[in-house]
Amino acid sequence: MYRTNRPFSGSLHPVSAFSPSTAPLRALARVIRSKNSGPFELTLDVIFQDRGTFERVRAGGGLTAQVIARHYGLDTGLVKAIHWFAPASAVKVVLARTVVSGHPGDRDVYGAQQHAPLLTLEVPC
Amino acid sequence: MIDPQEPAFTILSPTAILGYGFPETSFERGLAAKPDLIAVDAGSTDPGPYYLGSGKSFTDRAAVKRDLRIILREAVPRGIPVAIGSAGGAGAAPHLAWCEAIVHEVAREENLAFRLGVVAADVPRATVLNALETGRIERLDGAPELTAEAVEASTAIVAQLGPEPLQAAFRQGCGVVLAGRAYDPGVFAALPLLRGFDPGPALHLGKILECAAIAATPGSGADCVLGTLRRDGFTVAALSPDRIFTAESTAAHTLYEKSDPALLPGPGGRLDLRDCSFTETGDGRVEVRGSRFQAGPPYRLKLEGARRIGCRTITIAGCRDPVMIKGIDAILAIVRDHVSDFLRRENLRAELYFRVYGKDGVMGHPEPLRHAPAHELGILIEAVADDRATADTVCSLTRSTLLHHGYPGRLSTAGNLAFPFSPSDIPAGEVYAFSIYHLWQCGDPVVLFPVRILQCTGQTAPSPAVSTR
Repeated sequence: MYRTNRPFSGSLHPVSAFSPSTAPLRALARVIRSKNSGPFELTLDVIFQDRGTFERVRAGGGLTAQVIARHYGLDTGLVKAIHWFAPASAVKVVLARTVVSGHPGDRDVYGAQQHAPLLTLEVPC
Repeated sequence: MIDPQEPAFTILSPTAILGYGFPETSFERGLAAKPDLIAVDAGSTDPGPYYLGSGKSFTDRAAVKRDLRIILREAVPRGIPVAIGSAGGAGAAPHLAWCEAIVHEVAREENLAFRLGVVAADVPRATVLNALETGRIERLDGAPELTAEAVEASTAIVAQLGPEPLQAAFRQGCGVVLAGRAYDPGVFAALPLLRGFDPGPALHLGKILECAAIAATPGSGADCVLGTLRRDGFTVAALSPDRIFTAESTAAHTLYEKSDPALLPGPGGRLDLRDCSFTETGDGRVEVRGSRFQAGPPYRLKLEGARRIGCRTITIAGCRDPVMIKGIDAILAIVRDHVSDFLRRENLRAELYFRVYGKDGVMGHPEPLRHAPAHELGILIEAVADDRATADTVCSLTRSTLLHHGYPGRLSTAGNLAFPFSPSDIPAGEVYAFSIYHLWQCGDPVVLFPVRILQCTGQTAPSPAVSTR
């Protein structure tokens, strides 16, 4: 079985036509970003390379609240929603902020640099 | 395909935020399309609560004036209406006054005569308290319940205005409408809605145009975009040869800064994009169809409030010692305990925070690589206290304690920190927090947010034309 769970080496992984295989999100997406959605929530957007990749990752069932929570070291309850949006070949993950934007102790007022752990997240595709 | 003979309404969006700038060549291409409206968003809550709370703008005055000069100089003589929302960044009274003063300056300097409509978005504390008591405040997911104490402590409260108060200004013949805090898509949709266009495509187009070329590819926050609204859809076009719209860039933008990409709540209802189609028309434009607006009473606006919570003093320092880097968590914990003991003895109250860049400064606890720090660390000490003197004291004590702390295995006994500056401690101003971010069942928005109308005559100071709504 073709598997791609080795570290990303800078070139795109060939995505197997045979499932199940896995790949890091970084190899599957053209955009991986985070941003505030209001002061109390953070949204993580992953825009996939194409509709086919989007459909395979969605069908793979690997992007769940539990997986995101474990990857970010958060309680599952802080993952508020996961929305799959086919017109943009994208998935959006909504996290509750543990510190309100701009409150003392906040580390990222705009929430624009909370995406990095997603880059290496291995998902079935 | 959209029938080109259908009635159309063309909107020029110069830039993502007034003051972010735009190339004049792009703007001229937009003017050549004879737009029916030039609209621009001037604010956001993204920069945090300080700006709303303190009354200051997060955009630069000279940059805002430059953008406004070009927009007004070209729009007014051509009779193109102009709409500006979330004036001054946070859109409260001081921000609106700041932006209005710039409009008057430009009008005088460029000798422009027009009827100006100004809509304030401030909501009195008593109004919010009354709404709270009568059950007309709703909590948004993730936000705490609103309390009377939080309302009373707020130094500024604004509502994100819907299109209705701006429409009232246009209906009374205003050529330029300047609004306080406003729901961004409504600033773009106000005039086309007044002309009878469907709110679904009008608001969805506004949602894209409010960020100007951020939704194009390659994206830019400082370039112009042209939107053409028709009966049941719209097209968006970049105005620089450097970028185009693609179906994906346009669709992806509907995700931006929103919790749900397909259902977007706003004043008076929600935008439903579940059946939306994004089609490239082959010339760098994208046609969007199927955007629907579902009106949902009661009419609600989003309230934003900020309260002052103290003063901040910070110190920035570097650490290049491998022994200290290895033990940094324990060292900072001991320093924190030491400072806490001092505060207890002196009966002082303060909050102390460390950010350790090169380790977990950006993400904190969720950082998966926090146990593999870099060869050097940037350490930020933050002290927040009710008053300036206490914040200074706590920052200073933390800095000196960390500088000379004798941790286990220490070889470098002359000092633990590399300070880039003298003085090392930096007073970082007042600290504000968001106190209100709730929905308000407000009643008639046109009655609540009346338009103040002024006649700008060009050379002289403006005169109040009518004091009406």
